[in-house]
Amino acid sequence: MANSVLDPGPPQDGAAAAGAPATASGRTPDLRRQRRRAARYQLAPLLFVAVNVVLFAVFFVWPAATGLWYSFTSYTGVGRAPFVGLENYERLLGDSAFYAALVRTLLFTVLTVPLSYLLSLGLAVLLVSPYTKGKPVARVVFFVPWLISPILVGVIWRWIVGENFGLVNYVVTSLGGDAIAWQSNADLSLVVVAVAAAWSGTAFSMLLFIAAIKNVPASYYEAAAIDGASPWQRFRYITLPGIAPTSFIVVLLSTLGSMKEYALFVALNNGGPGTENNLIVQYIFTTGFQRGQIGYASAASFVLMLILMAIALVQLSVNRRREA
Amino acid sequence: MAVPTLRAPALRRRPATKVTSRGDQVRTVSATTIMWLLVVLYGFPLLWFVLSSFKPAGDLFSYPLTLFPRNPTVAGYEQAWTSFDFARYFTNTLVVAISTTVLTVIASAMSGYALAKYSNWWLKAFFVCILATTMLPTEVILSPSFLVIRDLGLYNQLAGIVVPSVITATGVFMFRQFFSTVPDELLEAARIDGSSEISTFVRIMLPIARPIMLTLAIFSFQWRWNDYIWPLIVLNDPSRFTLQIGIQSIVGAENVNWSVLLGASVISIVPLVLIYLVFQRYVMSADINAGLKD
Repeated sequence: MANSVLDPGPPQDGAAAAGAPATASGRTPDLRRQRRRAARYQLAPLLFVAVNVVLFAVFFVWPAATGLWYSFTSYTGVGRAPFVGLENYERLLGDSAFYAALVRTLLFTVLTVPLSYLLSLGLAVLLVSPYTKGKPVARVVFFVPWLISPILVGVIWRWIVGENFGLVNYVVTSLGGDAIAWQSNADLSLVVVAVAAAWSGTAFSMLLFIAAIKNVPASYYEAAAIDGASPWQRFRYITLPGIAPTSFIVVLLSTLGSMKEYALFVALNNGGPGTENNLIVQYIFTTGFQRGQIGYASAASFVLMLILMAIALVQLSVNRRREA
Repeated sequence: MAVPTLRAPALRRRPATKVTSRGDQVRTVSATTIMWLLVVLYGFPLLWFVLSSFKPAGDLFSYPLTLFPRNPTVAGYEQAWTSFDFARYFTNTLVVAISTTVLTVIASAMSGYALAKYSNWWLKAFFVCILATTMLPTEVILSPSFLVIRDLGLYNQLAGIVVPSVITATGVFMFRQFFSTVPDELLEAARIDGSSEISTFVRIMLPIARPIMLTLAIFSFQWRWNDYIWPLIVLNDPSRFTLQIGIQSIVGAENVNWSVLLGASVISIVPLVLIYLVFQRYVMSADINAGLKD
């Protein structure tokens, strides 16, 4: 924003220099004070949100609208966009590559979400427990993976599990085992990515869990201690219910995040071997940018969006029912 | 959805009782052991990676592998910095990350303030729009976003990465949450003293929001430094590449040059680690429960 806009205007009466519309002064004074206040300030809040409103319109509404339109055309990025109706969506229903990507994405999510949930909760419990020593150092070590980009997480794990050069296979073969096909076996490859994703994804959820655990009232634990509850019982019946809202957010965010994973796969195994571990975003990217089928890719994008929304709604309703 | 909640710092879980009984000792030993085992597990991948980067190219694959480099060298780093235009990628990334961060903090602070302190119907509608953006991630509107960038003439420009990333729901939520904890009386008092709305915001509200500004700044810097998919679709000219794209271009090569890759990767992690170590408490004050990632 231009700096001059932010310069303090000349102080006038109570009405904002930033623009008190005539309506405020002309109205009858018996209007509710709240109403008057709301009406008096129009220009100032408009200025405050202007930048984000413009960005929202240009980078969300515009692409979303054109994307929806293109999903009904056979647009290729240049020239006209011939309308083809629902053809793209019909083709998607019969596209085995799309299904394969979808199934792989779901499998990856099913592997990653529970793993990172358990790890982040476990680390958080250890970091607030009165029984552990050396917490400051441990906290930093657990948190550092958050700083590392998905591309680099991929590179780091590729370096460890490389089939011919990785440390893991070196240790396995030195112990007399056979080299494990971490990259040429599609399923093992997916497991490696899931582990890497959990490694890099736990830090943030761990922070949320730490805050949540610290917010569980101490009196509950004291009461439980008097009743002779074991540590496990205290965790199961006090901590877990106490942090349920945070658990919900962590599961929701990591589910949505896993469904959209792309960079990690590109760096770790490039969606391989072959195209076996091409997840849905990679499928959309390849279709849209490498094959230039923007219309078709847009249709796939909207299917992805519907899936993401369905997941969010299902988790939300499960959460509601559990709370009720 | 995940609306952030600022909570009062809670009481510690349990009063710090002296660890005296035998059962407690057993517990301390076992819990500490488990934690440190996990520390080793978590720390090892990165440690192995960093130590490997100091090995000469010839030793990287020579058996037996050793944890510590026998002939430590920084040749990989030198080669990474001089070849592949790496210094340029580094500068590009720095420019993108810093300019986006500054703009994001300003835009989010203004929007969050407006959403917290004014009550117009269109502000409420805009808040719903901001919420909706969390359901519409870049990945979903990949190709149309690319066309928008192209039509705006931002293709292959660093500005093409900066401008769209300025709007972030997380940032707006953080500031909205913070400013709604600031008493309205402060705003009223400033108005009675004749301060204009904008100068109230700049002179009174922004200074008290400094911790939030720093927290968002660190988050935003991390997001932009590590971003891959936006730069990937916006940039085409290698001289404009960011670090992540540059590193992926080494990984994607037919024969991966691990010596260069290790050096380049470690260099790219260093700035974030430094920022984290300096501003640790702003990141770790997870009371800002903005349960959102960008």
